[in-house]
Amino acid sequence: MSVQEAIYTLRSVLGKENVITAKEDLICYSFDATADLPEHLPDLLVTPMTVEQVAEVIKAANRYKMPVYPRGSGTNLSGGTVPVRGGIVLSSLKMNKILEIDPDNLTATVQPGVIIQTLNNTIAPHGLIYPPDPGSMATATMGGSVAECSGGLRGLKYGVTRDYVMGLEVVLANGDIARFGGKTVKNVTAYDMVRLFTGSEGTLGIITEIIVRLIPAPETRETMFATFADLTTAGRSITEIIRSKVIPATMEIMDRVTMETVENHAQIGLPTESEAILLVEVDGIPEVVRREAATVREVITRNGGVVKTAAGDHERDQLWAARRAALPALARKRPTTILEDATVPRSKITEMLLAIQNIGRRYNLTIGTFGHAGDGNLHPTILTDSRDQEEMERVHRAVDEIFKAALSMGGTLTGEHGIGMAKARYLPWEYGEKGVQVLQKIKEALDPEYLLNPGKMVPCREERK
Amino acid sequence: MNHDFDLSAVEEEIANCMRCGNCQATCPYYQETGFESSVARGKIALAKSVLQGKIKYTPTLAERFECLTCYACNATCPCGIQIDKIFLAARAVMVRNGGSPAFKKLMAAALKNQGLLDLGLKTATLAKGLLFQPHPSGGLSPRFPLGLDLRRVVPSLSPKTFRDGMRESVTVPGAKSKVAFFTGCLVNYVYPSTGRAVVEILTKSGVSVLIPWKQHCCAAPLALNGVMDVAEQMARSQIDLFSGLDVDAVVVACGTCGESFKKKYVELLDGAPGYAGKARELAAKTCDIADFAWNVAPFNRQLLKELAMRVTYHEPCHLGRGLGVTKEPLEIIRTIPGLDFVPLREPERCCGNAGSFSFTHYDISYNILKHKLADISGTGADAVVTGCSACRMQLEDGFAQEGLGKRVFHTAELLAMSLK
Ligand SMILES: Cc1cc2nc3c(=O)[nH]c(=O)nc-3n(C[C@H](O)[C@H](O)[C@H](O)COP(=O)(O)OP(=O)(O)OC[C@H]3O[C@@H](n4cnc5c(N)ncnc54)[C@H](O)[C@@H]3O)c2cc1C
Ligand code: SF4
Ligand code: SF4
Repeated sequence: MSVQEAIYTLRSVLGKENVITAKEDLICYSFDATADLPEHLPDLLVTPMTVEQVAEVIKAANRYKMPVYPRGSGTNLSGGTVPVRGGIVLSSLKMNKILEIDPDNLTATVQPGVIIQTLNNTIAPHGLIYPPDPGSMATATMGGSVAECSGGLRGLKYGVTRDYVMGLEVVLANGDIARFGGKTVKNVTAYDMVRLFTGSEGTLGIITEIIVRLIPAPETRETMFATFADLTTAGRSITEIIRSKVIPATMEIMDRVTMETVENHAQIGLPTESEAILLVEVDGIPEVVRREAATVREVITRNGGVVKTAAGDHERDQLWAARRAALPALARKRPTTILEDATVPRSKITEMLLAIQNIGRRYNLTIGTFGHAGDGNLHPTILTDSRDQEEMERVHRAVDEIFKAALSMGGTLTGEHGIGMAKARYLPWEYGEKGVQVLQKIKEALDPEYLLNPGKMVPCREERK
Repeated sequence: MNHDFDLSAVEEEIANCMRCGNCQATCPYYQETGFESSVARGKIALAKSVLQGKIKYTPTLAERFECLTCYACNATCPCGIQIDKIFLAARAVMVRNGGSPAFKKLMAAALKNQGLLDLGLKTATLAKGLLFQPHPSGGLSPRFPLGLDLRRVVPSLSPKTFRDGMRESVTVPGAKSKVAFFTGCLVNYVYPSTGRAVVEILTKSGVSVLIPWKQHCCAAPLALNGVMDVAEQMARSQIDLFSGLDVDAVVVACGTCGESFKKKYVELLDGAPGYAGKARELAAKTCDIADFAWNVAPFNRQLLKELAMRVTYHEPCHLGRGLGVTKEPLEIIRTIPGLDFVPLREPERCCGNAGSFSFTHYDISYNILKHKLADISGTGADAVVTGCSACRMQLEDGFAQEGLGKRVFHTAELLAMSLK
């Protein structure tokens, strides 16, 4: 039997302790952080320790025709690591070394299993930061976040993961090892392969080494908190702040449902009578920060918002604690939490917030919305119970409508969580059939047998009409 | 038998796990292994599979439900899930289905019967020349595996137990109040000096102390490992011993023992006629020594003498996250003149002992301890203060093996030294 042979082969290459086959363990790899998806058991789990071992795994996968699902911490929100067709889950967690910090070139070279927070803790003494900061940065791996091109709270000013990936080492679907990019700021050698693999969701190759760009930590920051009587004035403030040439590091919004939930859960004195709150942070050198903060306050006040400035680290921490409590507080309300990340151009934020409220009313669902307002990346969060079939029907229809609304405003299906399994069927809505065909050609050029993370993002050959 | 120790009773808790994986960030076990089955998210998925009938009892499955029971995941979980309840229910189901692994059975047998434990440990003291060899650190390392790893350094058992060396009742003339002292096994057999310190603090604060000599193991080693029927019998016996006493409080010197009195007996005896109410009363009366000496019967600060050392504090999981006694030990340390207190970077991170876990998973337990040792070394402290004898044993094992030459004191010992 080929699975048995594959296990035998892999054990001889990786050692017994790196090839896991007990059902008691495999069950724990049949899902990830994505709600409302079917689960599937893999045949085995491998935990390679070197790039050569990864290459051996891929060669064995080819020989025994077993799909391979790369996996970091399994915190993705699009079903990216569910082994839908059985086969091999390849965990990167034993490749977790920071290989180099290079303060002269402002780069770090890491293995894929390094946790984002660990990298930041290690570079902090050098006065440097790695800006991409997904809410999951204390758990998510560098490999997973490169493969998802994760965003985060600082995306507005500092961009997302792809803006920091400079070089990659990748094991290709045939087991070859290739390197692209490097430490130079400028690099136009051939196609931009680094960008192709960044955000490829494990469908084109296994990332085994990453060179990222670091930046000096901002000297100072100022944090402000504003409340609004309606969504329109909140939305107008967001666009006007940017139009005034101020790019805050973060500009986060919470709607009333979210605020009420956070307040019920933590009693931190949030103004639940207002329709929206904005949390704005500007950072940089002191003079600029002072000037930009004044502009932010002026714009908000002019638009009828009530603004307060955090008087020190303690108040700042409290404000951020409230923001961070958004998802947990919502999640406590009902057993199942469906978190979307439909994204629209910044100027359409108000329209999108209203559309989501409307959809919630029509389908009689509780939807709390919060998110990265500055970059148009909203997280409409549907609170439900996956055991209630009738309600789940309504949830699915509401999700369809949220995507339709985002696309009709010139937005996108996903700002940072990726397509994976969860959004694969919506892909033609944004790309059209022709666009999806281009994806398939790229996939087949690099992975003709569909061995790498099949069933994610790109539809497999037999799924095509 | 209380039927709450079943997975169906924690079905809602299981359903509330949103699988975010946040618990990975603080789980010391997961951080060593990198396996999902070590961390709460994976264990909850296994519990769910058991509930759904997708997987049945196997010894491997029973092993997957084992962990440090350090509550770090509880504290991190954004959904506020009572993860420990799920684990305990799962372990209870495992024990009922196929029995616990051999070592735990042994423990159950030894701890169930106080006579046996007493005899067992005393025999061990007599036999220690045969079984153990002296270690340069002054502890002993086993000559034979004994189910322990050969490298482990076990403290010498006290030749005379704490309770053997004390009167059952220590009265203070004109006492303000009277308490019962539940000593716990490790204080009684291994660290009698902690017991003496507790008595000293109490009497100097004008509190009379009763040390019921029939008291026995609090049952935590059983309850935490799912051996619920025996744990329940022991809880009943404990109630029989303590709830009749005419005392204002029951003082404990160990977070895990405290948790048994304050939480576990109530859960174990919920609805048990004649016992449920008494268990709740006893729970309300129970108080850790740090809490008691700081809040209930404050010690006389005028009596404090200077102690010149640099110390740090390790927070025991079951005292801090378990009982919520987090500030009092620090207040006590800060009040003692002369002490140079340097906090750990992660005072609340588990030391890796976790009772029987350190016997069944010695290597992982020791690797977890290494993080703690590095943190301690970073402070430059001469001594570590902590509120749990099991943590102390673990730390002393590490200090001896790494040749670090540092000492460990129970918070009560430190205070008693200053009150001398
Ligand atoms: C509470 C919470 C908050 C979150 N907040 C944010 C947020 O603010 N912004 C955001 O963008 N995301 C967020 N996420 C989503 C998720 O955390 C990120 O996508 C994260 O980067 C995934 O990292 P991971 O290590 O868990 O990857 P995994 O989930 O293990 O994998 C993600 C994808 O990458 C692939 N992959 C993993 N490793 C490799 C490799 N070495 N080579 C090739 N492919 C690989 C996998 O196949 C999969 O397709 C959040 C998730 C949670 C649960
Ligand atoms: S943190 Fe809580 S909700 Fe999240 S995976 Fe762990 S147990 Fe589940
Ligand atoms: S109790 Fe501790 S060891 Fe066990 S799963 Fe939770 S965090 Fe990990």
